[in-house]
Amino acid sequence: MQNKRNMSPKKVDIPVQDPIVRSGNFEEVALGYTEEMAIEEANRCLNCKHKPCVSGCPVNVKIPEFVMLITEGKFEEAYEKILETNSLPAVCGRVCPQESQCEAKCVRGIKGESVGIGRLERFAADWSMKNAEKKYDTVPFNGKKVAIIGSGPAGLACAGDLVKLGYDVTIFEAFHLAGGVLVYGIPEFRLPKDLVQKEIDGLVAQGVKIRTNMVIGKVLTIDELLEEEGFSAVFVGSGAGLPMFMNIPGENLNGVYSANEFLTRINLMKAYKEDAKTPIMRGEAVAVVGGGNVAMDAARSAKRLGAKDVYIIYRRSEAEMPARLEEVHHAKEEGIIFKVLTNPVQIIGDDNGWVKGMECVSMELGEPDQSGRRRPIKIEGSEHVIDLDTVIMSIGTSPNPLIRSTTPDLATNKWGCIEADAETGTTSKEGVFAGGDAVTGAATVILAMGAGKKAAKAIDEYIKSKEA
Amino acid sequence: MYKIVRKEILNSQVKLLEIEAPYVARKAEPGQFIILRVDESGERIPFTIADYDREKGTVTIIFQEVGASTLALGLLNEGDSLADFVGPLGVASELEGVKKAAVIGGGLGSAIAYPQAKKLNQMGASVDVIMGYRNKDIIILEKEMAEVSDRLFVTTDDGSNGTKGFVSDILQKLLDEGTEYDVVIAIGPAIMMKVVCDVTRPHGIRTIVSLNPIMIDGTGMCGGCRVTVGGETKFACVDGPDFDGHQVDFDELMRRLSMYKDKERTAVERHKCRLEDQVNAK
Repeated sequence: MQNKRNMSPKKVDIPVQDPIVRSGNFEEVALGYTEEMAIEEANRCLNCKHKPCVSGCPVNVKIPEFVMLITEGKFEEAYEKILETNSLPAVCGRVCPQESQCEAKCVRGIKGESVGIGRLERFAADWSMKNAEKKYDTVPFNGKKVAIIGSGPAGLACAGDLVKLGYDVTIFEAFHLAGGVLVYGIPEFRLPKDLVQKEIDGLVAQGVKIRTNMVIGKVLTIDELLEEEGFSAVFVGSGAGLPMFMNIPGENLNGVYSANEFLTRINLMKAYKEDAKTPIMRGEAVAVVGGGNVAMDAARSAKRLGAKDVYIIYRRSEAEMPARLEEVHHAKEEGIIFKVLTNPVQIIGDDNGWVKGMECVSMELGEPDQSGRRRPIKIEGSEHVIDLDTVIMSIGTSPNPLIRSTTPDLATNKWGCIEADAETGTTSKEGVFAGGDAVTGAATVILAMGAGKKAAKAIDEYIKSKEA
Repeated sequence: MYKIVRKEILNSQVKLLEIEAPYVARKAEPGQFIILRVDESGERIPFTIADYDREKGTVTIIFQEVGASTLALGLLNEGDSLADFVGPLGVASELEGVKKAAVIGGGLGSAIAYPQAKKLNQMGASVDVIMGYRNKDIIILEKEMAEVSDRLFVTTDDGSNGTKGFVSDILQKLLDEGTEYDVVIAIGPAIMMKVVCDVTRPHGIRTIVSLNPIMIDGTGMCGGCRVTVGGETKFACVDGPDFDGHQVDFDELMRRLSMYKDKERTAVERHKCRLEDQVNAK
């Protein structure tokens, strides 16, 4: 049965919480499609033979196939189709930058809006979680153990593929809870934590073991995992968790957070809840320095904690902002004030050492720099002070040195990223593979998942080659 | 889950817990710390490792009940379990080659200084231990410290044990008498460490301090524990917790330690109210 094709140039709108209401709560912003809306949107897909969208996806989700299943009302089958190549559909449907990946390649995007692939992926995953009873095929163990360091997107994707191949997989997580950036970084209003937990529970049901509170590099080294703990291979997916600061005066004043600390207190430690045992400063006037997704998350979280004025301070113009368009749009709707072409010079403290303001300069754009973006140049004499009580630094992160400092034969580059083959995750050390932000520096959930999957394939080949 | 195998009440506010954590015990070294959570909704609290037993697979912590979380921890008994226990974190103290050391503990800091004194003693170094307390009722670890030191000095702020004064006064006196040390290890409240550093600075004696700033993860991820050392920002959790005391900006450290003081006070009151409710209900 073929439904009537929907030739509307626009996506079916996705219901969202009202901006004023949602800026006062931590519940999810986008509410998701109903079955009718999903079918209507799925009918916008032309089911192109050459499937350009699939090539835009780092894990090559079978997009036209699953969208067609949605048009037929076969929602569970659609979900299973996505699962064939993507172990975390409910996550990816929410946090992937679809506009620069699958949807950027969509033929419908040429004369209108692309198909809402992300929204449909999310719909299929949510429908399945709500309506279908989960049964997992467990593959008999093949007797080979693989250790995975880090339970973020890279590690989970790698574990998901390896357990399906029969490996005895153990994930080592430093925190008390698995999920990595999905639980400590991305806020509840963008990615509900019970949903992440369900995805992880699914992996555990398939046989993946998770050992929390294990800081590899401290409690065990990679060499010990390989030589004493009986693992045949190790995948390092430890992410890029080390926050960077600007090294400007006043950064150690009370009231200055790294985005990592601010978001971890809120997301992992639930400091936004009234009865939480982990405290957080609830600022009145908050500046978030940076223009990425993490900066948007921090700004929107600060607003939800009750801040009156929340600023995004970014040294280039809005066009250069690395954040997803949707996040910028949502942030603006919620009343976040964008001060672009503005760069902090120093943070000013009161007599007791608490933040009371930040001195900034205005910038203008010059010639393109190495990144291809126009270089911001300071406008002389443009110094001005913004009154604040909280500053959140969100200018990037770098890989944690704990693994490289305790694994001397693991080659890293000058930024501390592990050197690994882009196709296989193979590192300089035999039996050790790596992928995700630990290799690339801070990037996206889906790229990390893609790297985890590639490494799983390479680990399987490596272990088999050793047996032969 | 991490089981409590031994609990001792050292004084009215200070308790000792020996906890089953075999992986941590295998690697723990003096100067390192652990982070624990009392229960599933608990905050992550860092504690310096007070002792460890590799064979038994246990790690000992000694803590003072100062906030809601440490009060909750103090209510646990032998046989109870902690939700989380992660470590060993931080860099171990560098004690190699030390021949003569002064180990100084202020209050609860004595518990943290104990493994250093013990290790130095085992290494064959000559160890003078100076412990300071507010009054004689809260003196802890006197016997243990006596066993691992050549000379032990115990002072009280109020003189209730006979020796009135601060640890820094004793150190000053020993230095004035011509005692020479390769290293002075000072562990305790920030103000005490600062004063000890002021005493050793003119003598040019290497002085190691162990810092305890606010942190969440303990692995370098949050940056909450940043301290200024020699003009540079360091993360105490991964670069420390030991630092060259002469380089540390103690005033900044003390200011940052007070960040959540108001919230902590409210939390303690809430905790106590709940306890009183429980007691009254019985």
